Amino acid sequence: MSARRLNRGAGLGLGIAMIWFSLLVLLPLAAIIVKAAGGGASTFGHILTESETRDALLLTVKVSILVTVLNMVLGTLIAWELVRGKATGARGAGRVAEWVWGKVRVVIDLVIDIPFALPTIVAGLVLLSLYGPHSPLGLHWAPTTQKAILVAIAFVTLPFVVRTVQPVLEELDTDVEDAAASLGAGRLTILRRIVLPALLPAIFAGASLSFARGLSEYGSLVLLSSNSPHRTETVSVRLFAFIEQSNTASAAALATILLVVALLAIVVLDLVQRRVASHE
Amino acid sequence: MSRELSGRWLRRLIVVAYLLLLILWPTWYVVKNTFAGGFSAFWDILQMPEVQSALEVTVRISVIAVLINVVFGVWVSMVIVRFRFPGRRVLSALIDLPLSVSPVVVGLALMLVYSPAYGWFGKPLSSAGIQIVFATPGMVLATCFVTLPLVVREVVPVLEELGEDQEEAARSLGAGTWQTFWRITVPSIRWALIYGLVLSLARALGEFGAVKVVSSRIAGQSMTATTLVEARSQFAPHEAYALSFLLAFAGVVCLVIVALLRAQATRSLGEKS
Repeated sequence: MSARRLNRGAGLGLGIAMIWFSLLVLLPLAAIIVKAAGGGASTFGHILTESETRDALLLTVKVSILVTVLNMVLGTLIAWELVRGKATGARGAGRVAEWVWGKVRVVIDLVIDIPFALPTIVAGLVLLSLYGPHSPLGLHWAPTTQKAILVAIAFVTLPFVVRTVQPVLEELDTDVEDAAASLGAGRLTILRRIVLPALLPAIFAGASLSFARGLSEYGSLVLLSSNSPHRTETVSVRLFAFIEQSNTASAAALATILLVVALLAIVVLDLVQRRVASHE
Repeated sequence: MSRELSGRWLRRLIVVAYLLLLILWPTWYVVKNTFAGGFSAFWDILQMPEVQSALEVTVRISVIAVLINVVFGVWVSMVIVRFRFPGRRVLSALIDLPLSVSPVVVGLALMLVYSPAYGWFGKPLSSAGIQIVFATPGMVLATCFVTLPLVVREVVPVLEELGEDQEEAARSLGAGTWQTFWRITVPSIRWALIYGLVLSLARALGEFGAVKVVSSRIAGQSMTATTLVEARSQFAPHEAYALSFLLAFAGVVCLVIVALLRAQATRSLGEKS
């Protein structure tokens, strides 16, 4: 591809694009770092010794890790059933069941994206009805337990792993698996030695998206959680309270910590994935 | 039943049970609670002035933000793909940043720059009589921020795939930059642009956290549909559910449109090859 150097007109275009991008994204994010750094190390020290903030951070990280692990397992399973879930050679009643399952899979494929389509506040509202004081299932998790937070994060992050693994699985050639099977490899061996290594990069890519989203979730928790300090308050909710109090120094420090944790998670997941891949 | 067969159905059962409980049941519940009082009750709620105002604010802000995004998104995509300049890699990495930042952090970032009380530019702007946050421009900025990558991510790969041959040919035949852009580039990226637009629209209509931070949240004036859902959830749940249903419905329609367009695009691609 013969990409060009900038001529005068294109330079002007780039300039205008950069001004808009700076006003919208770069300067505001820089303002957070500047504000946080302006308070010096003492603001960070203060924030981390404040037990409410520390507990909010710990809770958010804990729930995000749990949900990410859940997504890695169930998300991969769902993607597998969507792509490879078709059984061949069934007879009689089995054939009817397979036909029905084929239709169910089409519905599942659509359902996976619902968390992206539903505004987070709507998710919070309806999950409160389902898992709150008037729960039709008798599961009174919301708004006072951490389980309710787990459900909300699991809801909003469901599509990530499924949608990163699914296309990789579709592209994966079954020839290698057939060859392994013909050489006498068992189903578990094939899964462990051939399929999983091919899927791992996608699983971890989905996992880091899911973790980052879990850390930063706000909308679905506003109504669903009582947001009481120490127990059910997450970082974003606490951050919002700082902003409301015009406590910008603490808000900027906490936002910076959140950005650093998200960045760390991406690096760690990338390292783990490389490690696992090189072991195979 | 053989072990393989029962294992297969066990996996299917787990998948279906998990999705039913986590996704489908809540979705159905939105519909059920919205129409618990019948369709006329739902219709009456939609006639309420504060509800109408919230819908109007949401639609207005989403449309402005999406239009800005489309223009800017195509512009940035062209710059990233077609030209080489220092900082190009950094720019294309930074474009994705809004996807992994908390909406509350987005709100805070905009406040630190545009707040009339303590923002870098907010103070001089407000003494000049220009208000950004707690007004429409702030809400548009917040929405643009969170939807920024959606158009660029769709358009960049298509532009890369497309290459420059056709554009060069048009230019060598005497077409101007503008003519080449409209006649050659835009028709080629049409579908990617439409996906990006619809995805941005879905995200914009449902944005909550970032917009909440930078809006004054006065009912009947500056409240968006999502912030009104929060405000009414406890004391007027029927209003909250009616708005929720509309938002969810719009979101699902957007996603179905994208799914259908993509399916059609793959099919026509298959016919060509």
